[in-house]
Amino acid sequence: MAINTDLAPGAVAPAGSKNRVWERLWGDRTAQLALVVLGMLMLAIALGPLLYSGSPSTIDFARAFLPPGIGQPLGTNDLGQDQLARLLIGGRISLAVGLAATLVGISLGVAIGALAGFCGGWVDVVLMRVTDLFLALPQLPLVLLVVYLLGDSVRRALGPERGIFLLIVLLIGGLSWMSVARLVRAGFLSLKQRTFVQAAVALGARPWGIVKTHLLPNILGPVIVAATIGVGNALLAESTLSFLGVGFPPDVPTWGRMLYDAQNYIESAPYLVLAPGVAIFLTVLCINTLGDRLRDSLDPTSR
Amino acid sequence: MLGYLLKRLLIAIPTLLAISAVIFFILALAPSNPLGDLATNPAITPEVRENIVRSLGLDQPIPIRYLKWTVALFSGNLGYSFTSRLPVVELIAQRLPVTLWVIGVAYLLSVALALPLGIVAALRHNTWVDRAITTLAFMGFSTPPFFSGLVLIIVLSVRLGWLPFIYDNQLVVSDLESMGRWLKQSIMPIATLVLFQTAVLLRFVRAAMLEEIPQNYVKTARAKGLGRWRIVTLHMLRNALIPVVTLVALDIPTIFTGALVTEQVFRVPGIGALLIESIYRSDTPVVMGIAFIYAVLVVAFNLVADLLYGVIDPRVRHGH
Repeated sequence: MAINTDLAPGAVAPAGSKNRVWERLWGDRTAQLALVVLGMLMLAIALGPLLYSGSPSTIDFARAFLPPGIGQPLGTNDLGQDQLARLLIGGRISLAVGLAATLVGISLGVAIGALAGFCGGWVDVVLMRVTDLFLALPQLPLVLLVVYLLGDSVRRALGPERGIFLLIVLLIGGLSWMSVARLVRAGFLSLKQRTFVQAAVALGARPWGIVKTHLLPNILGPVIVAATIGVGNALLAESTLSFLGVGFPPDVPTWGRMLYDAQNYIESAPYLVLAPGVAIFLTVLCINTLGDRLRDSLDPTSR
Repeated sequence: MLGYLLKRLLIAIPTLLAISAVIFFILALAPSNPLGDLATNPAITPEVRENIVRSLGLDQPIPIRYLKWTVALFSGNLGYSFTSRLPVVELIAQRLPVTLWVIGVAYLLSVALALPLGIVAALRHNTWVDRAITTLAFMGFSTPPFFSGLVLIIVLSVRLGWLPFIYDNQLVVSDLESMGRWLKQSIMPIATLVLFQTAVLLRFVRAAMLEEIPQNYVKTARAKGLGRWRIVTLHMLRNALIPVVTLVALDIPTIFTGALVTEQVFRVPGIGALLIESIYRSDTPVVMGIAFIYAVLVVAFNLVADLLYGVIDPRVRHGH
């Protein structure tokens, strides 16, 4: 839920050819490491549950609190469930929430920013006031309030898992569009002054055509960077909710939920805390690193 | 300066009104309102339910309800808790000092750490010092506070047994010994917040200082023969702080998010912990009240940031 202020509206990055950006990114050792680790995490989450025989849900009290060892690489929890299997399944949900919420946030941000930047006038004033208002909202308390008030009925209407997934995705997305909107608006404002856009206007291009072919492609770079970092923030937001025991139902092992369950056994079984915590930390660290390096390779003049 | 402050205060009022509207309409539109239990309770006849609805004023149109609710809200009447029957204002007043103490101390420590580290990283740009500091900062803000808090507990409480990991709210500070215990139990919650906040602030400070290094006024100052210390603190830092305050103001909601989570990890009896407890107990008036108090706090801290802005930047003070 953090606002990444590094993405504050600034110069519009040159579009550059995609290959060159990719080469520069891959040439950076830190970015390479982040990409490899992230790729391995994704692969594990995608294929792991198919290859690993442990069950994430079978309850077996005879196997409760087994420390990490052969047969249970990350140990078992208070119900005797295999932690590695839960971690792999939970990763799918956490990442799915992160990606979906970012998609919502970026779409909203691009739409609102484009509208404000392109139309100008009172539309711009109103939309920017709304953006400022959203930036001043106490995000986590508000999300908790909404999940508390709407959670039950959404669960009843759409099913416990799908309903809460949709609610959380919409909430996190709906509270993370502001920085993108400002970014897109600033980009549009500076691009509108450029000769090539004014030439298109003079030639009689339709507004939507100008936005689609001239304005949007030119701000794609910063938006991609914002999206990358947005995934990390959304993942953190979902974990925070689950950690507070407010997100998904208890039988859905998201990484935050695993930490929530583990904190009660912190004295006897600290390994229950470490695995999901390290998973969140590594994923977010890699995503943030990637976003940071991506910005540098899109705009070599920055720092 | 006074006019500037008044203007900021006037802008804060519509923000608060808008936030109160958001909170009210979430509640008004929520299908599971406090009367949900009454509707499903077979012992209550429709007539009785209607009477309850009328006595609570729920039969009136939404705009009128909103008006009444806001007037009550701004006159400090947040209603009564469902579970403890105490006024919500009283409950919040009991818990708020702890939250503000933890956030305040943590933030002051973060500033004290982040300013020198950020300045050093910027002045030693692209050396190993810079790289070490930025890497640490990167790790710091990629670690969610709930995980760093739990790791601190594992290391400092469970393994080493140095610090208590549950915040004891019964503790009364009466002598030096209890004072020591009170400080000891505050260490880990504050450290968790400091870890995260320092990382965030440090990046702001470093980026802002890097912007100042190539400026001409720095060259002039150096050419005049001013000391390095003087140039950095009096000239560059003064300018660099302007963007830093802007970024800090934008980041204020995140500070409260971190504090809420930290309170939950260490069982610190602040308003964040009260919010979570009230959610578990379905205590709607308290949940609403705290959500609104958070909004007030965010707006208040934004005003402080505006005030700082006026202190740092004379252009703001003199109304340019």
